[in-house]
Amino acid sequence: MGKASLSFRLYVLAFYLFLFAPLVVVALFAFNASPFPAPPWKGFTLEWFTGTGAMFGKPGILRDPAMLTAFGNSLKIALPVTFLAIVLGTMNAFLLERREFPGKALLSIMMLWPLVIPGVILGISILAFSSRIANSLEAWLNMDLDFLRPGLFLVILGQLSFILTISTLIIGARLKKFDRSLEEAAYDLGASRLRVLLTITLPFLKPAIVGAGLVALLMSFENFNTTLILVGSDAPLPIYMYGQMREGATPALNAASFVMMLGAGLLATLVALVSSRKAE
Amino acid sequence: MANPKIMASARTLTSEGLGERLGLFLLITPAILWLGLLVILPHVEIGILSLSQRIAARVYTIGFGNYFEFLSEPIYWHTFARTALLSILVTAITLVISFPVALYIAKFAVGKSKPILFLMCLIPFWASELVRTLGWMMLLREAGVVSFLLQWAGIAGKPVEMLYSDGSLVLGLVYGGMLFMIVPLTNALESLENAQIEAGYDLGGTNFTVLRKIIIPHAMPGIVAGAIIVFMLTVGNFVTPVMLGGKNGLWFTEQIYSQFITRFNWPQGSAFGFMLLLLSTGIVWLGLRLTGQGFSETLRRT
Amino acid sequence: MSDIADLSLIAVTKRFGGIAAVDAVDFEVAQGEFFSILGPSGCGKTTLMRMIAGFESPTSGDIRIRGVSMLAVPANKRPVNMVFQSLALFPMMSVGENIGYGLACAGVSGPEAAERIARILDRVGLSGFGPRAVTQLSGGQRQRVAIARCLVLEPTLVLLDEPLGALDLKLREHMKIELKQLQSAFNTTFMYITHDQSEALVMSDRVAVMNKGRFEQVGTPRELYHNPKTSFVAGFVGDANIWSGSAAGAIAGGTRLKLATGAEVTGMGTGIDDGVRAYLRPEAIALAGSLDELSALPNRFPGTVSTVLFDGAASTLVIDAAGFPPLRATLPQAGPLAGIEAGAAVAFGFTPEALKIFPA
Repeated sequence: MGKASLSFRLYVLAFYLFLFAPLVVVALFAFNASPFPAPPWKGFTLEWFTGTGAMFGKPGILRDPAMLTAFGNSLKIALPVTFLAIVLGTMNAFLLERREFPGKALLSIMMLWPLVIPGVILGISILAFSSRIANSLEAWLNMDLDFLRPGLFLVILGQLSFILTISTLIIGARLKKFDRSLEEAAYDLGASRLRVLLTITLPFLKPAIVGAGLVALLMSFENFNTTLILVGSDAPLPIYMYGQMREGATPALNAASFVMMLGAGLLATLVALVSSRKAE
Repeated sequence: MANPKIMASARTLTSEGLGERLGLFLLITPAILWLGLLVILPHVEIGILSLSQRIAARVYTIGFGNYFEFLSEPIYWHTFARTALLSILVTAITLVISFPVALYIAKFAVGKSKPILFLMCLIPFWASELVRTLGWMMLLREAGVVSFLLQWAGIAGKPVEMLYSDGSLVLGLVYGGMLFMIVPLTNALESLENAQIEAGYDLGGTNFTVLRKIIIPHAMPGIVAGAIIVFMLTVGNFVTPVMLGGKNGLWFTEQIYSQFITRFNWPQGSAFGFMLLLLSTGIVWLGLRLTGQGFSETLRRT
Repeated sequence: MSDIADLSLIAVTKRFGGIAAVDAVDFEVAQGEFFSILGPSGCGKTTLMRMIAGFESPTSGDIRIRGVSMLAVPANKRPVNMVFQSLALFPMMSVGENIGYGLACAGVSGPEAAERIARILDRVGLSGFGPRAVTQLSGGQRQRVAIARCLVLEPTLVLLDEPLGALDLKLREHMKIELKQLQSAFNTTFMYITHDQSEALVMSDRVAVMNKGRFEQVGTPRELYHNPKTSFVAGFVGDANIWSGSAAGAIAGGTRLKLATGAEVTGMGTGIDDGVRAYLRPEAIALAGSLDELSALPNRFPGTVSTVLFDGAASTLVIDAAGFPPLRATLPQAGPLAGIEAGAAVAFGFTPEALKIFPA
């Protein structure tokens, strides 16, 4: 191809400025020594990360108990979601790639649905359904079933409902590339079926499983729509930050966002490393 | 050797009648529980809820009352129509903005700059939607960066408010959709051979005719895939309209949220949820029909 | 050598749906024998091998190893190991780990395993390759690792499923010899599957020619080549001029045959009827400058050279002769006709024994 004209290249440059402007601004004002996340620049500070609150009347995020609790809640959600996403995603991958059963085509189409259903609707439908179950069971058992009311458990289920689709797709794509003669060879050499699975098939899937886990972790941490509907009193980080944003922005939010971006960047780098090793 | 045989034999390898059945049962149970309990039954539930209308406190009958309510209350269907039209607009703008960039990455960038440019498109989307929205708020509001720069440059005499308007709403939605447009577009354009473009010029084509007759038709599967994903994401978006949109310009997801969470009118909220699902799947179906593409392939492409 | 064969198959049949992929196959392989199954793709040879390995179970019949039925024994418990067409080396393991895999499964580990791995690597000429990644090996080395991975387990029988298929021509020629040497050095029974007649003929003690799920003929390479028992074997093994015609009747010393193209020749055959097919190897055709020189042969005809296909020792002539379709004859490069050109007159002849006649 020929060289792009100057105006074309300027357009692409402008596009990338547009792409990064909001992130740069968020990061920048996390270090501005001002009570407001707005220009002008008043000097560099780490007060919004580690400050005690003496300077701006609000502690830095690493000393803010509410912020740390929210982060803890995020972990309480993300870790089970990640665990379930990779275990169940691997099982689904085997189901779709290795088994034949009536209705398989329908099932594999249905697994894609959660990706096209808006998150808010996933949230309200799970909320409504779990409430119905809770209401009928509570009347019948005559006891409280709090885990079926908005809270961490429902958030985990809500996030899992669509993250599982993604982990299934990632792990299934890798399993599809697997050469079955490797399994036969191991079996032929005397390995039991379990040993074949543990020493041949799962090691082959490992990059995809790790990748799917990292993606699940990230998506769980960042999910907003479904979580907002299903959340109870234990708000995870995005929900807590959303509440703070509605009350008025402070650089503490920038600091939290900056930490989230760092974490996401780290996970993204790991995913890239894992998938580049997978390509070998 | 013939493939069916290998497949049939692969089954005998992992089979021993009963063990095979048990294995299938163990594998299929989580999938059925997942889709049944977290996807299908919940949607059946809101389907049922949407058809139950309240006639007195705690007394409900079956009927289309919630849907009539939707039609008779202008604020509801105005919001619905607005959401649909703005989403189509956002999808179109996203396509127009992203296409040249995808073309540049796929056909003009050389050497290392190609993967770097592509990865740079992905980076912002590893950050949370909330963080990206926060960034736009800081750029666009009265005391924000853009307003500050305009005053500093002498273009504006006083602080300019650019937030809380349809303009800022569309901007935020376009921004949120771009990645999902650029990735399928770039993939589609990558597979276009340079020789085809060169042949187009060689046969006397101008920039415009080459674009219209060769490049765009080739990119069509990518365009459809990108447009569908962007449209679905835009219609279902919640954070961006809440944070960047104007006070009197509601998004339909906000209506659902407020019925469910604020007013606790679940039947009405469920009816709205169904309307949104209908809108989203309806437009996607229409798009697929008009361009003759399949659902699964399109989804997998993104 | 014991009296009991290493491998015996008794009326083994495998059906997929209504189709018999393997149809009542019987044979025995003796200890230390290199036995090949030669047949076109789809003939059932892979299914047969997979049944012996234990990946498939026969619809009926029995498979015995050293007299013991294997039907109830799963693949991972059979004293049979297989070299796969793709080799199926484990990509995430080193050479040593690949070879040690079967040992570990058998509970052999530590110094004993290390010693056995080192010994087998030495014997296949890969000393010191243990720590290497399998992706760093050449095609021939990968081949040897795949075989060593089986041999280290000291199996009764090694199955090889066209393992040379993926190699380029020159390496394949080399590996044929190497495989044969490995087999005789280890004195392990090999069962080799191929569609390449040269691989089967060069390496094997005995070859079974398989077609449509059945064994057409089992014999030494020489027997198959010189005395094919069926039309299929005559056509599949070695090169041949193939003529169709009708048998005119038995005469002293052979069978009179009238070719569809008109010529009458004398050949050998049993069960002759109206429609027959006759096979004549290019190298069984004697060439001479004149018919007189071929007076010892009952079949002798004049013709003209239409094309010379020069290929060193494998050079052939294409001859046009009245009553015959164009026929190919090997042109000895040491003989007086070595310099013959297209258009030259030539005489050709062959013994009745060389012309094999079968029912079409």
